[in-house]
Amino acid sequence: MEKIVVNDFIAKFKDALNADNKEIFLDDKFRDYDEWDSMRYLSVISMLDSEYDVIIEPKEFQKIETVRELIKEVEKRQNK
Amino acid sequence: MGFQHYKNVEIRGLAACVPKNIEDNRQSQLFSTDDQKKMFIETTGVISRHVIANRDICSSDLCFEAANKLMYELNWKREEIDCLIFVSQTPDYIMPATACILQERLGLSNECFAMDISLGCSGWIYGVSTVAALLQNGYFKKGLLLAGDTSTVTKSKKDKSTYPLFGDCGTATALQYKKGCVGFKAHTATDGKGYKAIYIPHGGFRTFYNSRSSKEIEFPDGNIRTNLHTILDGPTVFTFGISKVPLSISGLLKHFNIDIELIDYFIFHQANKILNEQIRKKLKLPVEKVPYSIEYYGNTSSASIPLTMVTKLKNKLESGNCRLIACGFGVGLSWGTIYFETNNIICPEIIEI
Repeated sequence: MEKIVVNDFIAKFKDALNADNKEIFLDDKFRDYDEWDSMRYLSVISMLDSEYDVIIEPKEFQKIETVRELIKEVEKRQNK
Repeated sequence: MGFQHYKNVEIRGLAACVPKNIEDNRQSQLFSTDDQKKMFIETTGVISRHVIANRDICSSDLCFEAANKLMYELNWKREEIDCLIFVSQTPDYIMPATACILQERLGLSNECFAMDISLGCSGWIYGVSTVAALLQNGYFKKGLLLAGDTSTVTKSKKDKSTYPLFGDCGTATALQYKKGCVGFKAHTATDGKGYKAIYIPHGGFRTFYNSRSSKEIEFPDGNIRTNLHTILDGPTVFTFGISKVPLSISGLLKHFNIDIELIDYFIFHQANKILNEQIRKKLKLPVEKVPYSIEYYGNTSSASIPLTMVTKLKNKLESGNCRLIACGFGVGLSWGTIYFETNNIICPEIIEI
């Protein structure tokens, strides 16, 4: 079972959000971030596809609330 | 599988026409913060767009100008045109078909085959396929494909998820029967499950125009629209694009045994920069082989592929041979890819009216 390196994921996630100085924690509800908008959403989907070869459909993505859950979902899909 | 090979037909010319009025997204008042505006421009790639000013121009008017110019440059006689296909989702009327009106306006023969196709982002691919199918056996010799939309009319000016993304444009593509030429190798596909990803809820016959149609509604994301405006579900279109488009292109190349290295240019429907770049990266295509028109024209629906060719590849297309892949994808959901070759085609400068 392949595990995602958390710090690595957070760096990529931060990059996708275009928020260099932001502190990101695993239990953050990322939709509550001031920066979060539809453009960041596309940017995150795009990052997951490029970096992890995972495409999460909007219906499934909606159920994900925290950064931790997002990592878990990516891992689950990578190991399918 | 959705593969086809239309033989004996080639493109002889391409022309595009836009309204001269320009709206610059950097000056837009639609965004609540500068950061939001900056992120929009960076993500979609749309800096400015040509937009009709007062609803005084229809898609057919833009296509009409492009067709006139193209026929003149090609030295094509009006009576020689055997078929006219108009691809648009912003026709003149609900009925009759705009192609019939254009047949008369352009002075084409009464013996002309004319009809409309209601498709958007994939429309040019379907239009080329349809004209090629009509010409391939040599009965018809010359065909015109007019593809374009005034998409900005169907967008709410209070909706930052759609209005600043789209631009208006009409195009003309001249196709001709030529025995023995390679023609068009095509892949076409449809997924109607996603029909609500890009749609206008009212005004058709499923939900006819009624007293609630033009009432403004504020959505949770702060955007305001009526039921006569386009709703665009960005994430659904995005995941559709990155899933289906690379497969359509790689599937076509594999099916027809085409070497990807031999393709000179890949012309994609101009959806938005982040989606198109993701598709480009997935196919491992070099930047210089994937031209963009989205920066200064926006997403121009069914006009986007010929517009990109006219604005970015004019010199290449006019002097020599090109091997090309074109791919359209979006509203429907509908998508398609064609492989074709061009040889010294006519490509007049973009027209502004």
